[in-house]
Amino acid sequence: MTEGGVPPAQPLLDVRDLRVEFRTRDGVAKAVNGVSYTVAAGQTLAVLGESGSGKSVTAQAVMGILDSPPGFVTGGQILFRGRDLLTLGREERRRIRGAQLAMIFQDALSALNPVLSVGTQLGEMFRVHTGASRKDARARAVALMERVGIPAARQRVGDYPHQFSGGMRQRIMIAMALALEPALIIADEPTTALDVTVQAQVMDLLAELRREYRMGLILITHDLGVVADVADTIAVMYAGRVVETAPVHQLYKAPAHPYTRGLLESVPRLGPKDRPLYAIKGLPPSLTAIPPGCTFHPRCPLARDLCRTDRPPLYEAGPERTSACHFWKETLDGAR
Amino acid sequence: MAPDDPLLDVRDLVKHFPLTRGVLVRKQVGAVKAVDGISFALRPGETLGIVGESGCGKSTVARMLVGLERPTSGRIGYRGQDITRLSGRALKAVRRNIQMVFQDPYTSLNPRMTVGDIVGEPFAIHPEAAPKGDRRRRVQELLEVVGLNPEFINRYPHQFSGGQRQRIGIARGLALRPEIIVADEPVSALDVSVQAQVVNLLARLQGEFGLSYVFIAHDLSVVRHLSDRVAVMYLGKIVETGTGEQIYDHPTHPYTQALLSAVPVPDPEARAHRERILLSGDVPSPADPPSGCRFRTRCWKARELCARVEPPLAVPDVLRDATGPARHASACHFAEERRVVPNT
Repeated sequence: MTEGGVPPAQPLLDVRDLRVEFRTRDGVAKAVNGVSYTVAAGQTLAVLGESGSGKSVTAQAVMGILDSPPGFVTGGQILFRGRDLLTLGREERRRIRGAQLAMIFQDALSALNPVLSVGTQLGEMFRVHTGASRKDARARAVALMERVGIPAARQRVGDYPHQFSGGMRQRIMIAMALALEPALIIADEPTTALDVTVQAQVMDLLAELRREYRMGLILITHDLGVVADVADTIAVMYAGRVVETAPVHQLYKAPAHPYTRGLLESVPRLGPKDRPLYAIKGLPPSLTAIPPGCTFHPRCPLARDLCRTDRPPLYEAGPERTSACHFWKETLDGAR
Repeated sequence: MAPDDPLLDVRDLVKHFPLTRGVLVRKQVGAVKAVDGISFALRPGETLGIVGESGCGKSTVARMLVGLERPTSGRIGYRGQDITRLSGRALKAVRRNIQMVFQDPYTSLNPRMTVGDIVGEPFAIHPEAAPKGDRRRRVQELLEVVGLNPEFINRYPHQFSGGQRQRIGIARGLALRPEIIVADEPVSALDVSVQAQVVNLLARLQGEFGLSYVFIAHDLSVVRHLSDRVAVMYLGKIVETGTGEQIYDHPTHPYTQALLSAVPVPDPEARAHRERILLSGDVPSPADPPSGCRFRTRCWKARELCARVEPPLAVPDVLRDATGPARHASACHFAEERRVVPNT
C-alpha cells in the first residue's frame, strides 16, 4: 500500500500509550487515555474520530503545542526517529518543530498572522531556522508559493492573508508546513472549512507533495470520504482511545469494531435513498465521566456483561490490524 | 387550491446587497448579487433540496423565504398570494406557516433562556396558537416529539450536546404546526453519528406532520438522502434542477458534474474506477459575476457563445426529444449527460 514501500525497521513516529488530561475547575477531563499509533516515512495515517475523541489533542501533544496548563501529558512516549520527544528540553523541541515536524491547521485565517504579509511569514521560516538573508528568504517564499499552485506568486508575495480566498490560504498553510521539508506533517482537518470542489484540489496537492518529498503524513479528520481517498492506514479514535487500526481497504470492507461499523453505516451515500440511515444510539461520553469497561458499551449493539466491567485491550485482529473490542471476531465475521 | 398546486411558488427572486462608499454622503458603487433571479416551486409534502458551495446564495434564499430578508425584486407566492408585499398582521399570519431551523445550534439558541422558554417563544408571538395555560404541556409534547426528555424543560442550552440542541431548534420550528420548514444546513455542524439521528428525525417528522421542507445544504449526500427534488445553485443562479435521480444519476450541467465528482466517497474501492473532474480556480465574486454563463470561467466546455449569451434554465434543446431522466432543466448551452456517481 505504501508506495515504494519497504517498511522501515523503525517507524518515523511511534506514539506509545500516550495519556493527556485537562485539569479544569469542573474536574479532570481525560482527553487521551492510552493512544498508540505509528507512521512510517512516505505513509499516510488517517486518524478518524468525532469531536471530543482526542484526535487533535494527541496531535498537539506530538507537536508540543498543548496548552499547558490546563493540559498535561501524564504518561506514554512519543518516539520520533527513536528519540522520545517528551524527554527533550523546550529549546530542542522547538528546533525539531518546523524543521522536522510540521502542522497544518483547519482554519488558515486564524492560523496565519493577519498583520504580516504571507511572504514575510513564509520567509520567517527560513530566516529563523536556516539563517537566510531577507532577500534569499523572499525568493524562497515565492518559489514555495509557486510550488503549491498560487497563481502570480511573485506579485502576491506581499499580500496579506485576508486578500486570499479560503482555498489559497490553505495552500499558503501547506507551503509554510513544507518550507523546511519536514519528515512528518500533521494535517488537522485541513479541508473541513473548504467547499467540495476546492477541497478536492487541496487534498490532491497534499497527496502529491507527500509523494514528492516522501514525507509521513498524519491526516486528522472526521470525514470518512476524505479518508477513503487518501489514507494508507486508519486509526479510529473514540473517547480518547484508538479503538481500531487497519489498512484502509480492509477497514471499509470489514470493520473489526462496532463503533467503526456504526460510523460507516450512518454516512449517507450519493446513491438513491432506500431506507432510514443507521444511527448509533446515544451520545459520546463526557470526558470527565468515562464509562468503566469498554467506553463504547453504552452505545454498542453487541454489549454484554464483560464489556461493562473489563476494559478491552487492543487485540491483534489480523496482520496489521488491531481492535479494542472483546468481540472483534464476531464483529469482523458479521461484516463479511 | 388543487392538491397538486405548489405551496410555494417562487418567481425571479432577486436579492442585491448594495455596496456603498463614503461616510457622510453614501453613494452606491455596486451590488453583491447574492441571489440573481431564481424560480422554483415547492409542492405539499415534498422536500426540495438546494445545494451549492459557499457564496452561491442558498442561505439568502432561505432568509427571504421566512421573511428575514426583503427581496430586491421578484415574487414569493404562498397559497396564491405574494408574501413579499405583505406587512403587519397579514405577514405575521403567513410567517406562522413558514418556520426556519438554523445551522448552528450553538448560536441560534439564547443561552439565557430555558428550553421551555425557547420552544414556547413562538406561542408568545402567536398567542392564538395555544392558550396560555396550555403552553407548558404543549412544549413538553414538542420535546417528546423530537426525542428529548420532557423533564428537561427548565434546563439551559449549554447543558445539552450539539445534536440535542439541534433537536431543540427543530422543536421550536414545529411549535406553531407550520406547513413549511426551511432548514438551512441543519446537520452540518453535527458529528457523523449524531447527524444520522437528526436526519432520521427530520424524515420522521415530515411524515408525521405532513410537512414540506426546503432543505439547504452543501453536503450532497445528505441532500440526496432527504430530497425529492434538487436545485443546484452557482453564484446566485439555479443551474440545474430535477428529481434526485435526474440530478445525481443523470446530471447534464458541467458544474453539477464537477460538484458530484468531487464529493469524497466513503469507499476506497471507488477511488480506482471513479472519474474526478477537478475545477480550476475559485468562485468569482458575486459583486462582479462573469457575463453570459456564470460558470464559464471555470468550465472546460466554455466557448465564445457562453460569454455572450446567458443560458436559460430549461430542458436543453439537445435533450428535448430524450425520454429518459436526462431530460430535465439545465442552464447550459452544451448540456450533455455524464454519469459521475459510481453505482453502489
